[in-house]
Amino acid sequence: MAAASQLPSGDFRTSYAADMTIFPTRNSRIALWIGLALLCLAPLVFGRYELSLLIQIGFLGIAALGLNILVGFTGQISIGHAAFFGFGAFASAGFAKLGVPVALAIPLAGIVTAFVGLVFGLPAARLKGLYLAIATLAAQFILEDFFARARWFSGGVAGQVTENFSLFGFRFDREETYFYVVLAWAVIMYVMAANLMRSRDGRALVAVRDHYLSAEVMGINLAYYRTLSFGIASFYAGIGGALYAHYILFVSVEAFNILFSIQFLAMVIIGGLGSVMGSLMGAAFMVLMPEAVQSAAQALQGGALDRALNLGNSLNFLREMAIGAAIILFLIFEPDGLARRWRLIKAYWKLYPYSH
Amino acid sequence: MEWALLFQLLINGLIVGALYGVVAMSFVLIYKASQVVNFAQGEFLLVGAWACWWLITHMQLPFWLAFPMCLAFMTIFGIVLQVTVLRPLIGEPVISVIMATVGLSIFFQALMKWMFGVFAQPFPPIFAADRVSLLGLEVQSVYLLSLGLSVFIMLGFWWFFTFSKHGLAMRATAFDQQVAQSLGVSVPKVFAMSWAISAVVSAVAGVVVGVVSGVSSGLSFYGIKVFPAVILGGLDSIVGAMLGGIIVGVLENLAQYLDAQWLNWGNMINIAPFYALVLILLIKPYGLFGTRNIERV
Repeated sequence: MAAASQLPSGDFRTSYAADMTIFPTRNSRIALWIGLALLCLAPLVFGRYELSLLIQIGFLGIAALGLNILVGFTGQISIGHAAFFGFGAFASAGFAKLGVPVALAIPLAGIVTAFVGLVFGLPAARLKGLYLAIATLAAQFILEDFFARARWFSGGVAGQVTENFSLFGFRFDREETYFYVVLAWAVIMYVMAANLMRSRDGRALVAVRDHYLSAEVMGINLAYYRTLSFGIASFYAGIGGALYAHYILFVSVEAFNILFSIQFLAMVIIGGLGSVMGSLMGAAFMVLMPEAVQSAAQALQGGALDRALNLGNSLNFLREMAIGAAIILFLIFEPDGLARRWRLIKAYWKLYPYSH
Repeated sequence: MEWALLFQLLINGLIVGALYGVVAMSFVLIYKASQVVNFAQGEFLLVGAWACWWLITHMQLPFWLAFPMCLAFMTIFGIVLQVTVLRPLIGEPVISVIMATVGLSIFFQALMKWMFGVFAQPFPPIFAADRVSLLGLEVQSVYLLSLGLSVFIMLGFWWFFTFSKHGLAMRATAFDQQVAQSLGVSVPKVFAMSWAISAVVSAVAGVVVGVVSGVSSGLSFYGIKVFPAVILGGLDSIVGAMLGGIIVGVLENLAQYLDAQWLNWGNMINIAPFYALVLILLIKPYGLFGTRNIERV
């Protein structure tokens, strides 16, 4: 295992509990706290635009983590994740409209979405691989159609306006304050996922991925864990969607199309299948890449290339092409994603200058 | 009840369904030969139709010259895709391969929008007679032509897989790659050929749809409508794909009819096949003609 080789020598595990900690070394714990403290200072340093990017990374990262639990850890594929993300957004907006405080509406939306995910996960208990991919594709279209039709739930094609997050009378209505809400949720959800992966259930999910027949022989209930991982993935998607809803303050059907689902899959693949932190890296990559495309297009503005290719008016298409190309290139050249790159970089500095 | 409308819709369903069948066959061809589920099948239609449209309107070529050139281009396109993208992924898990084709799909969809814009472009009129009367129904002659073409392609497939050397090699590869290889079949060549044939046949379907209703990015939705068809027919059965396509075409027009007459839900023509898809997956996931996948450890 690549991760184990990076432990410092002399750090012996003397108890089972010590072997099962989420953060293996003292340095990793210190780095975590420093990182969190730096993130808490971010609103003092960054402008609103940079903060909005960070917020996007936050809620997309939560939903991508859910998909990674499904795809990366359980080995079940889903091409309908955006529909569940959208369901969470609509559910949270709906709860807020009914008078539920927003702070409570977000987890409620997560739970409701988890139940919807369980319903769609039931066929998934019997399916795997490409059949499941096709079934979730159907789920994507059916849910999208439902959003457009159910006016009581989603406001139909007109969309649904919702309100700001508030707690004890304090309104988190600006980037500087809402950032902390998303940060708190992201930390909770990521720690929960890391914790899940060292529990019995988490190991059962990985066993289902690695060889489902052997897992079944060892007493793991396949149908139960496949459905469960769908539920967990939908829960994460619902929370992410709810955070999105109370940030944008307007939820509309068009946002949750199949392209968005594919973007979630791209995040998971680019970040690294089966890596908790990789989901966050993938989300960051997907949020920052359009910025890079845009600034590249701006750098070329007015030049001959710009005029010949009509770059200014086709940024959206360039962005989509970049997503498609990123998926393919990562699959061919770095199938383990950014998470593996990151491990290699860490190993390089740890072993420097005797890296061989 | 309006019998005339129902009958008209059934004929429509049959014609569209035959096209679905053609696309589904080319999808199954790739799946059988190289075990790749191609989510970019719709983009083959899209690229083919746009290529033909561009040759006719921008290069001012006559149709009889532009069409073969477009098919030649699609042959190369299919081979290049297989060699550059899919070949490095041989042996990777199913999820990776599926995702690679999904990536291809959004890449080419965006590329086509970038190159040709988002608006539907009509083909220049190719055939003189617009409508013919058939059993008391007015049918557009292009539709008849498309039905004829679909049947012709289906017969072509049947001949190819039953009598030609390459078709037999392809079936042998689908049956067992190692045995086929040991008998002198070049498996990489078979893979490339299956992608080329699939791209060409899909492009024919794309051009037909383009002639009927204009070329637009909506064409790539055919690639998604193919899934209900192939699942219904069984993923690895060419006959099943054909029948599945026709059934889905008729089914969606029937749903449209029910919707227009009684339900008034709207959009059923696009969603009904997916409800059917979920049902089939629940009841009979291997479809009507698919082989049951029995796993031995």
